[in-house]
Amino acid sequence: MLRRLLAIIKKEFIQIRRDPPSLVMVFVMPVMMLLFFGYAVNMDVDHIPLAVWDQDQSQFSRLLTENFVQTRYFDLSYRVQSSREVKALLDGGRVRAALVIPPGYARALRRGEIATAQLVVDGSDPLVARTALSMAELTSRYKSQEMRLAVVDAEGVPVPAGPGVDIRARAWYNPGLESTKFNIPGLIGLIMQNITVMLTAFALVRERERGTLEQLMVTPIRGIELMAGKLVPYILIALVDVGLALGIGVFWFKVPVVGSIFLLLGLTFLFLIFALGLGMFFSTIARTQLQAMQMTMLFILPSVLLSGFIFPRASMPLVIQYLGNLIPLTYFLDILRGIMLKGVGIEYLWDDVLPLAVFGVAIITLASWRFRKRVE
Amino acid sequence: MEAMAIEVHNLTKRFGAVQAVQDVSFTVPAGSIFGLLGPNGSGKSTTIRMLCGLLRPTAGSGRVLGLDIISQAEQVKARIGYMSQKFSLYEDLTVFENLRFFGSVYGLTNRELDLRCRELAARMKLEGRENQLVGTLSGGWKQRVALASAFVHQPRLLILDEPTAGVDPVSRRIFWELLNVLIAEGVTILVTTHYMDEAENCHLVALMEGGRLYAFGPPERLMAEEGLPTLEDVFVRMATRGGQPFA
Repeated sequence: MLRRLLAIIKKEFIQIRRDPPSLVMVFVMPVMMLLFFGYAVNMDVDHIPLAVWDQDQSQFSRLLTENFVQTRYFDLSYRVQSSREVKALLDGGRVRAALVIPPGYARALRRGEIATAQLVVDGSDPLVARTALSMAELTSRYKSQEMRLAVVDAEGVPVPAGPGVDIRARAWYNPGLESTKFNIPGLIGLIMQNITVMLTAFALVRERERGTLEQLMVTPIRGIELMAGKLVPYILIALVDVGLALGIGVFWFKVPVVGSIFLLLGLTFLFLIFALGLGMFFSTIARTQLQAMQMTMLFILPSVLLSGFIFPRASMPLVIQYLGNLIPLTYFLDILRGIMLKGVGIEYLWDDVLPLAVFGVAIITLASWRFRKRVE
Repeated sequence: MEAMAIEVHNLTKRFGAVQAVQDVSFTVPAGSIFGLLGPNGSGKSTTIRMLCGLLRPTAGSGRVLGLDIISQAEQVKARIGYMSQKFSLYEDLTVFENLRFFGSVYGLTNRELDLRCRELAARMKLEGRENQLVGTLSGGWKQRVALASAFVHQPRLLILDEPTAGVDPVSRRIFWELLNVLIAEGVTILVTTHYMDEAENCHLVALMEGGRLYAFGPPERLMAEEGLPTLEDVFVRMATRGGQPFA
């Protein structure tokens, strides 16, 4: 029994070692995906290219421009002289926003009137537009307050203190609101899922495709030995990948693991069981590696979109949220973010651990049943 | 040792409405080479799969090396060697890695494996390419590696499903020489084939068509009974006549 199991494990490792695409998938893909996603899936919009059409050319108008740039959310890319140029730059996507300061801006300020300036924003990318708008809003509010204080200073008249609300917001767990801290734990989950599902699905389909499965069936090998022998190598590989992804996350992207690393690894293992089971299940349905690949892709896409990996689940319509509940990655992402960012213990995670365990047991049972049926 | 290596009685297999094998009975004495002939889809492979314990017969019974093919299927698997027409080897493993893998699947220890691999390399004419990837070998070589893999645990019965399909004539001749050596050692061989010259080398042949066994016996006797000079003629007459199945 043990000898047969070891024989399969050994064979599997030799095959992986000799198959460059597998090696790429195992070692290069996680690193690549982490780096790509870590940098590209960056929801922090800054350095928005800005055009300025300063028709006032006064000290005040220059100060306003400077205020915008100082926020670091805008880069002063062009100074223009006409609305035609503003339009051309926006049309061409060379700038995402344009600040138009009308003549008489400084005069209005000096008279104590409200001075107006216009910020035109390219709304085609809502994320960029929203950031630009809110920064403009903040800048103008800040400027107004600054000016009122200046008046107080100059004239010595105290500003009447009235009732007001002062909300002081604090963002816990990720005070800098850096999206890498949100993305990296999610990525670790996604990478693990994809690699494990794909590799396991391929491993068995390959045997069927090449006819070696039939050869194995006439040997005394049992279904359970074959299945275990196929799974063990991929469990080990998946664990290496988890280590790799965690390492990059922690040391390169500086995402902390606030909670217990052992709890993290333990629950990761739970998720692995699900992913292996799913890969095994696919392999019992697919006839060719291509089909296995397509099934995996079909599964990966919704799990990227619905699990809360990128898009917050809270803002999805209810039906979509329910669909997300059917995707185990959803729970695992909660677990990863909970442990890594919030440092919570298992007592806060039962809501995620239980469904994950149910999914794992269900898919493994289903896969073993299908597997036995295929074998017979 | 059992006198009869294979005994089947009224072996029948249905897949839904399809009658794949119908009332097939024959016995093969130990130490003989038995050729199962018939066109594609005649039920040869289904019969073989039932003998190997891969398929459960719908009706009928059978014993292989004295073991019941239904209740002792697992023991049957451990004691026979099987080689499929696709030479189901791992192409990304070397010759020795394949042999060692199948050997350990059959429960051989490391020391036994070392010994067996060297022995088989010599016997099956695999020397010089022990560490070459199987995928880079030619058809004849692959065929011999497949035979070596099927024989790694020294089974008393070898079941070969079209082992020479698509292999060049020289390799076919070498292969049959190897089989004859095994026969001389007392191994029983069941082989399916399309080649009539190969069939004439067998001690016993059976012709299958449409899931039924139409003739069974030594080739010389079949030819004499029909008064035909070659086994091929016998085969063609059986197949076109659609006459009484052999029972």
